[in-house]
Amino acid sequence: MAFDVDALRTEFPTLGQKPYGKPLVYLDNAATTQKPQVVIDAIERYYREQNSNVHRGAHYLGDVATHAMEEARATVASFLNASREEVIWTKGTTDALNLVAHSLGSHVLSAGDEVLISTLEHHANIVPWQQICTLTGASIKVIPLKTDGTLALEQLENLLTERTKIVAVAHASNALGTINDIAALVQKARQIGAYVVVDGAQAVSHFPVDVKQLDCDFYAFSGHKVFGPTGIGVLYGKRELLEAIPPYQTGGEMIETVSFETSTWNRLPYKFEAGTPHIAGAIGLGAALTWLMQQDRQALWEHESALLAHATEHARAFAGMRIIGDNNSKVGVLSFLIEGTHPSDVGTLLDQQGIAVRTGHHCTMPLMDSLGIPGTVRAAFAPYNTLEDVDALFTGLHKIMNFL
Amino acid sequence: MSNETSLGSSTTHEDIVDTLSFFDDWEERYTYIIELGKALPPYPEALKIESHLVRGCQSQVWLHIEVNDDGTLSLYVDSDALIVRGLAAIVLAALNQKTPQQILDFDMQAYFQAIDLLKHISPTRGNGVQSMVERIRHEAQKRLAA
Repeated sequence: MAFDVDALRTEFPTLGQKPYGKPLVYLDNAATTQKPQVVIDAIERYYREQNSNVHRGAHYLGDVATHAMEEARATVASFLNASREEVIWTKGTTDALNLVAHSLGSHVLSAGDEVLISTLEHHANIVPWQQICTLTGASIKVIPLKTDGTLALEQLENLLTERTKIVAVAHASNALGTINDIAALVQKARQIGAYVVVDGAQAVSHFPVDVKQLDCDFYAFSGHKVFGPTGIGVLYGKRELLEAIPPYQTGGEMIETVSFETSTWNRLPYKFEAGTPHIAGAIGLGAALTWLMQQDRQALWEHESALLAHATEHARAFAGMRIIGDNNSKVGVLSFLIEGTHPSDVGTLLDQQGIAVRTGHHCTMPLMDSLGIPGTVRAAFAPYNTLEDVDALFTGLHKIMNFL
Repeated sequence: MSNETSLGSSTTHEDIVDTLSFFDDWEERYTYIIELGKALPPYPEALKIESHLVRGCQSQVWLHIEVNDDGTLSLYVDSDALIVRGLAAIVLAALNQKTPQQILDFDMQAYFQAIDLLKHISPTRGNGVQSMVERIRHEAQKRLAA
């Protein structure tokens, strides 16, 4: 059956909103995606029918909630091609990356060691590494960026040394959309025995991810960027590594025994889940991934690619517009600048027309510095966007040029 | 001593409220806001330094404050974004050339609510305008305590 964007849109109630009385053109999907009705229903059902604390086994509702949450974990495992012990609930990607930086970092890093990241990382994949490097005496090395917004992976040979213990790179760039060749990176990192951590926040909503195939050691993503709720995310880790590294936070849920002298840790994945988890969020995320896996993902990808191609064509014809990160390996993100205008002004005036984009440095200040720009305007597409949305963006931009 | 702008003297916050209430579409409103930004007093280039920078996620603001002989404050503001300059001008219409007490007594929230621009000074908004207002109030507080 052919892909029907109108039918898809009816599943997303928020898309019917009318900011300032105008039809919503939502192009801020890299910040967060809208939620299909099935996700909203799953969260509501949890609070109406299943609410109870999990893993206590004390009563009927407790069992229902535990079952629902563990079913969601199994869904995530199947989504990533992992096993359920390797799926850890976190607050989101940032929380997951903090967990890895702390637990893996404190386990493998010592003075003189290096963590290799890339120029296009989100602050969430930079700052936690800085912190653990400060504590351990390790240092950060950076894969440079080429002018087209792709990573200079040919320099890996020089950047990876016997001192490199961890490589932490985004699967796709939030600011530019560039998809990085993780499989190639893993292969090179393996040769020197470095662990590979992947920030998948901007990848999972766009294309299928198979952690076995990538062969990365850790993979992190957020629920809310893949049609699920906020406040829930996932850290995948290879089982033997998760067994080996110390816990991150401590307290309830994650312990096996406690005395005043010492404690022992619960088995995987609970060892990394201190405190009552975000049960409703986990169930909502399970519903979102189930929904996504039911879609024809090839068709979604082709639709998104058509949106990006249409937007890129508009951009090339737009006087004074410069695409930031102009390459052929991108998720549906058009980051741009218009000569003589400030991104913040462009964003404000698009908003007045009901068009939601993101402007600024996108939490990638080192990337913006390397490009010599203060920020960009970013239109980020989801499968529920239409070619008309893209046209509306450019009509809106042309209108703005009368002001600026 | 004034800082060579009508903002806060012949252009008052009442004028701004009156004028903005007159427009009914966003194009007129934002044309006016951008125009207001042109009335900002010239910001001294030499003072575009780190200590005068108010950072936002999307844009940044420069702020310099001078104390006049009569105890009023002269406010100098600049920004890299036109609309932020306009919003700064709207703030200056209320706070420029005022005494610290007048500055602290002024209800900025109510003012921005009245002109339907409250979202631009919400604490989560990254344009630096809210932080600029806080810095001006902080300075006024210091002057009052001195």
